[in-house]
Amino acid sequence: MKLLKSLFNQHTRSRTVTFALVIAAYFAVTALKASGNMTRMVSSLLVPVCCYIVAAIGLNLNVGFSGELNLGQAGFMSVGGFTAAIVNGLTLSVIPNDIIRLILCIIAGAIMAGFVGWLISIPVLKLEGDYLAIVTLAFGQIIMSLINNLYVGVDSAGIHFAFMTNTLSLQEGGKMIVSGPMGVTGNTMISSFTAGFVLILISLFIVFNLMYSKEGRAIQACRDNKIAAETVGIKVSSTKTLAFVLSSALGGAAGALYMMNYSSVAATKFDFNTSILILVYVVLGGLGNMTGTVIATTVLVMLPEMLRFLSSYRMLVYAIVLIVMMIITNNEKVLSATESFRRKMKKKGA
Amino acid sequence: MKFNSVMKSGLAALMSLSLVACGGSSASTSTGGSATGTAAFKLGGTGPTTGDAAIYGQAVENGAKLAVEAVNAAGKVALEFNFQDDQADGEKASTAYNTLIDWGMQVSIGATTSGAGQALSPLFVQDDIFAITPSGSSTAVIYQNTETNTDPYGNVFQMCFTDPNQGVASADYISANKDLGTKVAIIYRNDDNYSSGVTDKFKEEAEKANLDVVYTGGFANGTTDFSVYVTAAKDAGADVVFLPIYYQPASQILAEANKQGYTPTFFGCDGMDGILTMEGFDTTLAEGLYMLTPFAADATDDATVDFVTKYKDAYGETPNQFAADAYDAVMAIAQALEKAGVSATDAQADITAALKTQFTSMTFDGLTGTNVTWNENGEVSKAPKAIVIQGGAYVSAE
Repeated sequence: MKLLKSLFNQHTRSRTVTFALVIAAYFAVTALKASGNMTRMVSSLLVPVCCYIVAAIGLNLNVGFSGELNLGQAGFMSVGGFTAAIVNGLTLSVIPNDIIRLILCIIAGAIMAGFVGWLISIPVLKLEGDYLAIVTLAFGQIIMSLINNLYVGVDSAGIHFAFMTNTLSLQEGGKMIVSGPMGVTGNTMISSFTAGFVLILISLFIVFNLMYSKEGRAIQACRDNKIAAETVGIKVSSTKTLAFVLSSALGGAAGALYMMNYSSVAATKFDFNTSILILVYVVLGGLGNMTGTVIATTVLVMLPEMLRFLSSYRMLVYAIVLIVMMIITNNEKVLSATESFRRKMKKKGA
Repeated sequence: MKFNSVMKSGLAALMSLSLVACGGSSASTSTGGSATGTAAFKLGGTGPTTGDAAIYGQAVENGAKLAVEAVNAAGKVALEFNFQDDQADGEKASTAYNTLIDWGMQVSIGATTSGAGQALSPLFVQDDIFAITPSGSSTAVIYQNTETNTDPYGNVFQMCFTDPNQGVASADYISANKDLGTKVAIIYRNDDNYSSGVTDKFKEEAEKANLDVVYTGGFANGTTDFSVYVTAAKDAGADVVFLPIYYQPASQILAEANKQGYTPTFFGCDGMDGILTMEGFDTTLAEGLYMLTPFAADATDDATVDFVTKYKDAYGETPNQFAADAYDAVMAIAQALEKAGVSATDAQADITAALKTQFTSMTFDGLTGTNVTWNENGEVSKAPKAIVIQGGAYVSAE
């Protein structure tokens, strides 16, 4: 009884609902897959959906919960993804087990992205609002340019790096992992839907635990009123850094999972558009609302693919649906109507 | 948390519905079909029909459709064609590819662009499907190891030249035709696989051919102001500007050069193709622009004239090289299928094996070249042609 109460009290109800939703969706999809009723097209979307969900959860922590507008989440995905590709290339012969290697890649990607996030947070979090947004945007571009000019190869003598021009001369049996603008090529694909599902659970667990902790309340306090938070003794900069680093680490983990799902990914994949796309998922899902983020991301990633039967009108219809969704979910009338409907239901229940 | 639980469960229900719904349906934009009553081969392909590179995808789709109609009309082999949008992106391409697998694709014209093609190549191997890309020119489309260009995928072939070959051929052409100019400036996109691939090989070959490269400028995607690059090329005294880039940035460079009154010979590769059909572009700026491409729409041989007339009738514009490459890719597949004598009801592995044997042994005569052959890695061998823009049309430079 106590457990039930703790699961469904006012604060934690949304957490329970989110977890239940994700787990139910996982089993529904797995069952559908096992029964052979799922098309190849849908099953090929499962991993990218998971990746974008994790990246969006991370971004929501930053944008929604901590109130810092970040336009560079794809940059962190990129850092995580390319780190993972390098780790995968290095450990391919040492660790034959795909699952262990995938876990290693994701952890490495998350740590690297978190570290880069921490480095960037030093100058960035001194800024606020629009200025912060522009700096994170620029950061995303810088990461993309850097990786676009990065050459990484591995051979029997170890790992080799080159910048700007490919000056690597690998020994016999050597292999390029990252080749500049060509990106990662010949990557072994080891991501799976189950891995994505576990990653979503872990990131939800981390985010919810943070939200309901002392640090979480401190983050909210900094978001709502920085000066008031300072006067009660909260260290604003370190609190904001925590949210920023965690957000970028989740982005990195998402990027790692994404990278391991494709044989070839170029750095230009993680451009400004991708950052904006993830922000769209977060905004549609609701700032600070993790359940909404999970649902919005799933719908918005699947939607353009589901509209393939419209052929040339596909992207037009997608854009219209996006606008309609944004308007409806933010319409005062719709919101108050659903609110009063919910109250009525509650009264009936009571 | 205003977003209430009623709404949530509603959305969740919708989501699961959409998941279930798509379990059964598979939409397609297929054309053609069996003309003779025998089972038709299901031919798939992906390309960007929306987004930045849409001209390429649309041209490939149109060219391939014409070829499918011609093949079905001839009645020897029956083809059914389905082309999916991939927005020139690896992730979208892999979904598009899986859409085609759901549809039952047996043979493919691959992906139109290199970036998308690189992501698809291992999938073609995994499902054992033969693919020949009309325009995915990167070596990474056919080779797993891009450092040494070894370890080919084996069942992915190319109808177009690889990027390195374009660079080599361009340098050779410029050095052989001294009237174009002798001092070369290169303006390329340094974050693009295609552009930097061509540039690297061009520079290597230029050194061998004693071409004087006086300036090399690399710009990044999204650059809108090219005055710096154009001024630098002008100051370096270049009389040939080599532009191994796509037509959108090239159009801006041409406009900038015009503004500065700088009139060197501009020289592009196949990415330049499409500049004349670009919306909002003043085609007089492209006057005298050279490009190396395997197809010239003004050629007077019967096959080209016939193709251009049909294409104009069907789509109201002059076909570019992408359309011609796609047409050839489909025709080559049809020729191979016919020679191999396989039927659409045969096992997938047999069809793929038969096609591989045919492609590595046959000679193909098409719009983009005669006596075209392929090696076992999937690389094509054919002679490049130079064309020049005169009076707003592509004209053969010879």
